[in-house]
Amino acid sequence: MTDIANQTEANVLPNAHTSATPPDLQVVNMAKHFGSLIALDNVSLHLKPGTFHALLGENGAGKSTLVKCIMGFYRADHGDVLINQQARTIDSPRDAHQYGIGMVYQHFTSVPAMTVAENLVLSRFESPNLIKWKEELEALNAFMADAPFKVPVEALVGQLAAGEKQKLEILKQLYLQSRILILDEPTSVLTPGEADEVLGLIREQVTDGKLSVLLISHKFREVTSFCDEITVLRKGKYAGTGAVKDLSVAQMAEMMMGEKREPQPVEKTPRTEAVPILQVEHLQANKDNGVPALHGLNLTVNKGEIVGIAGISGNGQRELVEVLAGQRPATGGQILVNGTPYTATRKEINQHCVFVLPEEPLKNACVAHMSVADNLALRTFDRPPQAKSFMLSFKAIRAAAANLIGTFKIKTPSPETPVGNLSGGNVQRTVLARELSSNHINLLIAANPCFGLDFAMVDYIHCQILNARNQGVAVLLVSEDLDELLKLSDRLLVISGGHFTYESEIETADFSAIGHAMCHSVH
Amino acid sequence: MAAETLGWWGVPLGILAGTLRGSAPFLFVSLGECLTEKSGKINLGLEGTLLMGAMSAYGISYLSSTQWGISPAIAPWLGVLVAGLAGMVLGFIHAWLSQQPKVNDIAVGIAMIIFGSGLAFYLGKPFIQPQAPRLPTIDLGNLISSSPAIQSALKISPLFILGVLLAPLMSWFFKSTRPGLFIRAVGDSPDAALAMGVSINKVRMLCIIAGSFLAGIGGAYLSLVFPGSWSERISSGQGLMAVALVIFARWNPIQCLWASLFFGGAQSIGPALQAVGIEQGYYIFNAAPYILTLLIMVITCSPKKTLSGAPGALGTISG
Ligand SMILES: Nc1ncnc2c1ncn2[C@@H]1O[C@H](COP(=O)(O)OP(=O)(O)OP(=O)(O)O)[C@@H](O)[C@H]1O
Ligand SMILES: [Mg+2]
Repeated sequence: MTDIANQTEANVLPNAHTSATPPDLQVVNMAKHFGSLIALDNVSLHLKPGTFHALLGENGAGKSTLVKCIMGFYRADHGDVLINQQARTIDSPRDAHQYGIGMVYQHFTSVPAMTVAENLVLSRFESPNLIKWKEELEALNAFMADAPFKVPVEALVGQLAAGEKQKLEILKQLYLQSRILILDEPTSVLTPGEADEVLGLIREQVTDGKLSVLLISHKFREVTSFCDEITVLRKGKYAGTGAVKDLSVAQMAEMMMGEKREPQPVEKTPRTEAVPILQVEHLQANKDNGVPALHGLNLTVNKGEIVGIAGISGNGQRELVEVLAGQRPATGGQILVNGTPYTATRKEINQHCVFVLPEEPLKNACVAHMSVADNLALRTFDRPPQAKSFMLSFKAIRAAAANLIGTFKIKTPSPETPVGNLSGGNVQRTVLARELSSNHINLLIAANPCFGLDFAMVDYIHCQILNARNQGVAVLLVSEDLDELLKLSDRLLVISGGHFTYESEIETADFSAIGHAMCHSVH
Repeated sequence: MAAETLGWWGVPLGILAGTLRGSAPFLFVSLGECLTEKSGKINLGLEGTLLMGAMSAYGISYLSSTQWGISPAIAPWLGVLVAGLAGMVLGFIHAWLSQQPKVNDIAVGIAMIIFGSGLAFYLGKPFIQPQAPRLPTIDLGNLISSSPAIQSALKISPLFILGVLLAPLMSWFFKSTRPGLFIRAVGDSPDAALAMGVSINKVRMLCIIAGSFLAGIGGAYLSLVFPGSWSERISSGQGLMAVALVIFARWNPIQCLWASLFFGGAQSIGPALQAVGIEQGYYIFNAAPYILTLLIMVITCSPKKTLSGAPGALGTISG
């Protein structure tokens, strides 16, 4: 049955993968709802052959939903996809592949326990049932030799760094000979340098007329330097389209928000005398596989100070934050908060008012199957007013949740929706709302707090963190975004290979020394 | 007993014989569980499937030879087939139940142990007494020695050989075939499999059913080869131990084979000692497989390390 269907498709479109120019893709009046929430409301979009098109919008605007409908991952309520002006039904990613459309999803879709070669071969829809590894490996090596970026073919995907995994996702689409590439926030896991490299290489392919690209991104810098056109969504509706060269960043932002918005700068108040809040002494910890990740770190964060930790991901940042959050045992050294030893028990967390925004919030700080309201209450459900002696008051929990959903603008169908169903940025908002809403924060530990957030929210979070600092909160900020660190920190450290390789007050920080320290370990 | 003529040599010979005779059920169940767990599901119910397989193989072998007029040479093979089919039915029930939203694999598995063994005991009551035709063995010992002790030790069942061949076949299947790679993808990262257009539920359903088929065959071995009769105590927890063995074998079919041989050998230490006349303390050795199971659990379960080789989505609740 499917065979016959595929054959007729192949007759209609004999050269979907080999023709000189990529096909023309149009979306007309696409609509999609989840329960009572209208995620897409009659959205249209036109991706011309050989162009680099950006799809912009706030968190929850419906960008991922729109591209998943194009890919046949979700079934749209109504609306058409036109390929070379012909209406086509796309019911699954396999159908999309028939028309030369491939997508890199917001999360990785390679299988970590398999090698790069196995993942690539598996992704091919028409690969044979018996795999002749010798021939496949030869073909893969030949493909890698011509590819814009290289990934070791025999390596296990789980052992690749985030940047390499993302390159593999894109390589997979090139390997499948996709002519239309849809990228959903492909650079959120990359350092700015890596992002420029990857997008630059893809841009060359577009300029050569080999590819069309639809890019979802929250970073205006990427849009202005790589894209030709933009389409903007606002709250599930089409908000406009235009050529990048005719638009300023302020105009794009206005299209996204529907109003002009002046950035509100927050001044740093001068610091008073140094009162240490967090002291880390000779801290050691292991990675998941038992290999040491932290080699005796020393660190002090004072009252009213933001200490930034820069570094390329995978150099011990995750382990450091997990130890501080009580999610990973230390193998040596100690942590002091307010001068007393701290082991992150629930009692100590409350007593010292320690708050943590870990990275990958869906995995590290949420219970994905529990509702938004329950997740918002995780810190407070066992204390009045949400608990009366040992009974929980669901009314109070719900009221508090409704309040936080309002102030932090969490876009969710209802407080009862499982948090795992929210858009990437809205999961982050949920955790932020829980961790930043308390009025007595003493120590705040944040890891990549603006990962995947739209620019308005990034500004908001930066304000919140600076406000907290001005009120005397000690902040430890771990981030892969150097611009963010330079903007917020009072003092900057660089971590590399589990050691701090650089430390400086922000006024005297030297950009080239930081870059050097990020790449070199002290061995 | 023959071992007397061999003196202390009877102990290693006894263990060797026990290994060749007793490891097949471990092998079949662990390969079945390995297949199931590779797809991301756990089937503790294989203990019940094993008993159901043992009962139905014995029952069919008996009924078909005595009442349906089928030759005693074919009847036990028919039993093996029906044992596998009975396993598939139980597997289908497990697969269907455990894929309902918010249902936990382990809970369904325990229910299936009780259901499978209860059903086997109920239907198997009439077969406890009668003698059914058993499966033939290949007498390797006759070729190399005239000693009756060695001859009786080296009787090998064709089913065992089938199991031994199945292990490398399965390993090859996971590595070099498209369905095999899909199963691993489904077990390790269902999201990735979904993006490739694979139906997770279908793959898991097929894996659980195929795994249960193998466990049913393991049961047939128990009742038609060794110990070679049907009673309610025939499995003595081998199905559950085989599940632990998969962890020990790091979800690798070849290592499942070694681990099964190891467990089979451990199981025969007690009887081998008893055979040379050691009367005291052999029960401790009878407990060897259970102690081994516990030790493996203690050694491999550490909160500080993730288990290498474990399928990423093993036992997670869907929906
Ligand atoms: N499977 C789902 N079930 C219920 N609601 C959903 C589901 N997927 C998305 N939504 C909702 O639809 C809306 C649009 O989500 P979508 O993921 O398209 O946003 P987005 O524009 O990609 O945002 P982000 O920039 O945060 O990734 C969100 O409010 C989200 O909560
Ligand atoms: Mg999205």
